[in-house]
Amino acid sequence: MTRQYRHNLNGSTLDKGAPQLEVDDVRLRFGGVTALADVSLTVHQGDIHAIIGPNGAGKTSLLNCISGLYRPQKGHIKLHEGEAAHVLTRARPSRIARWGVARSFQNIELFKHISVLDNLMLGRHVHMRHSVWQSFLFFGPARRREIAHRELVEEVIDFLEIQAVRNAHVGALPYGIQKRVEVGRALCLQPAVLLLDEPMAGMNTEEKEDMARFILDVNDLAGVTVVLIEHDMEVVMDISDVVSVLDFGRQITTGPPHEVKANPEVITAYLGEEQAS
Amino acid sequence: MATATGVYHTSYEADLALRTTRAEWIRLALLFVAVIVAPFVLSPFWLTVANQIGIAIIGAVGLNILTGHTGLISLGTGAFLGVGAYTSAILVTRFDVPTLVAIIIAVAMTAAIGTFFGLPSLRLKGLYLAMATLAAQFILLFAFRNWEFVTGGLDAIVVPSPELFGWALQTDFAWYWVIFGTAALVVFGARNLFRTGLGRAFHAIRDQDIAAAVMGIDVGRYKLLSFAISSALVGLAGALTAHYRTIVTWERFTLDVSVLYLAMIIVGGLGSVAGSVYGATFMTVLPAAIQQFARNVRDTLPVLAREMPAIQLVVFGLVIVLFLLFEPRGLDRTWQRVKDFFRLWPFRY
Repeated sequence: MTRQYRHNLNGSTLDKGAPQLEVDDVRLRFGGVTALADVSLTVHQGDIHAIIGPNGAGKTSLLNCISGLYRPQKGHIKLHEGEAAHVLTRARPSRIARWGVARSFQNIELFKHISVLDNLMLGRHVHMRHSVWQSFLFFGPARRREIAHRELVEEVIDFLEIQAVRNAHVGALPYGIQKRVEVGRALCLQPAVLLLDEPMAGMNTEEKEDMARFILDVNDLAGVTVVLIEHDMEVVMDISDVVSVLDFGRQITTGPPHEVKANPEVITAYLGEEQAS
Repeated sequence: MATATGVYHTSYEADLALRTTRAEWIRLALLFVAVIVAPFVLSPFWLTVANQIGIAIIGAVGLNILTGHTGLISLGTGAFLGVGAYTSAILVTRFDVPTLVAIIIAVAMTAAIGTFFGLPSLRLKGLYLAMATLAAQFILLFAFRNWEFVTGGLDAIVVPSPELFGWALQTDFAWYWVIFGTAALVVFGARNLFRTGLGRAFHAIRDQDIAAAVMGIDVGRYKLLSFAISSALVGLAGALTAHYRTIVTWERFTLDVSVLYLAMIIVGGLGSVAGSVYGATFMTVLPAAIQQFARNVRDTLPVLAREMPAIQLVVFGLVIVLFLLFEPRGLDRTWQRVKDFFRLWPFRY
């Protein structure tokens, strides 16, 4: 780490290796299409857990179930916090964020018309108290809060090396930087679990390397648990601790990268029957 | 800290300040002096217009919080002005409530009714929400006209001129200080709102409501909060109109008024507090100027003077169309450009 940071970006109180997020027997259907067929997996605190699979395998659907945007018809998703566990399957997205699940989106969903700084400050929303009167007055508690939370945001800015674009409008930034800002916004929430939906899609090699480094930093140095959807197999096999493979909503396997790579079912899912045989 | 090469902040407090350079402070001081001097030099006609501007500023800032900053379109502004005006007028005339208290109750009442009619926003967006707020406009107007034992129906309510701290508010001159004092507080409060987390949450909902929810913002609650704050300010404008004009009739709160306020924030600049002020000023001065012009040419060009009401409508429509075409971000953007021009001079960019 380039300097000593004062704030801990990891929102989880669990020990490293403890089960953090449990997906239990989740089924999600859209009419006749089964997006997720009884998927179960456990994400452990401190891991980089990759979810891979061909297009339409249900990876993003799973993430949407975790962050509360979709309601699965069957099964539970649990987030552990200390001894207790929050059930995410029936909770609203805003509540789930409050419990410590932060995410980025496949197609960047930043707040386009405001600055990078404001986007990141919105990551602090759940940790701030908001009062209409204090906001109108500004001087006093409202300003003190802004400054206190700004300190953590500045650390995230430093961490992700986006100092130069701090005051820029997000919509005007290049794609790669926008992706990084989106990770930063999620990180400002001090998440227990960070869900990244294809953080490297559409990037060139250099940008991918940068992003891989930031994900490793977030995980290694800050200790944040990462759930990662990614299509670039080299990156996935390099940086993740655990890999889960989905195909047509079905979970094929879960395991360390080298085992998954050698699994014949995985090869079939990606390459088709003939080549596999 | 402002230097020749740019503005550099050395503390977060300084970064949050609204004014940083000396030029900005000088402009603010000049504006302040102009507002103080204006009532002493303006003719009675223009002093009345100035008071209307002040009230329009309060209403436009309110509507802009909802439509420009939170992205929820409302066609019910006219009716919400009416709720403020009727509530305050009824409290004063029927129940002998002191004016100041009546205005505060009217503000709370409008906030409550605005929030109620904001409920469809939990499900609806864009044009569909516009239709829902249009319904609010017609329902409330129907109530003003037909709920006779409360609102007096089609008859006007005559409100006595109020006293404030033993000081009779009868003249435009006296009202000027009350209206512009209030407007200044409202503008400052709104500016503050948008440099804290609350205003940021409104911007987040406007830009990307799903991402806002995933970042932990309770979108429904904040939409209703935006309706409440916005309607409260619109209600304040309505209550002030009631006491300033000393007469309340339903004709002042029709759909035309809602559209006029929307025009103000479009012409001024959506999502900008300063823009609301520019838009309110522009859209109030424009018809007054046309009216004044008609009076001046009454003898020389009687035809033009006679057709002036029609011309006024055409100009009104034309201005909105021209702004949408050539300056969709409003007068606020124009002002930015003027400032940039002088800042960068003699270079173009």
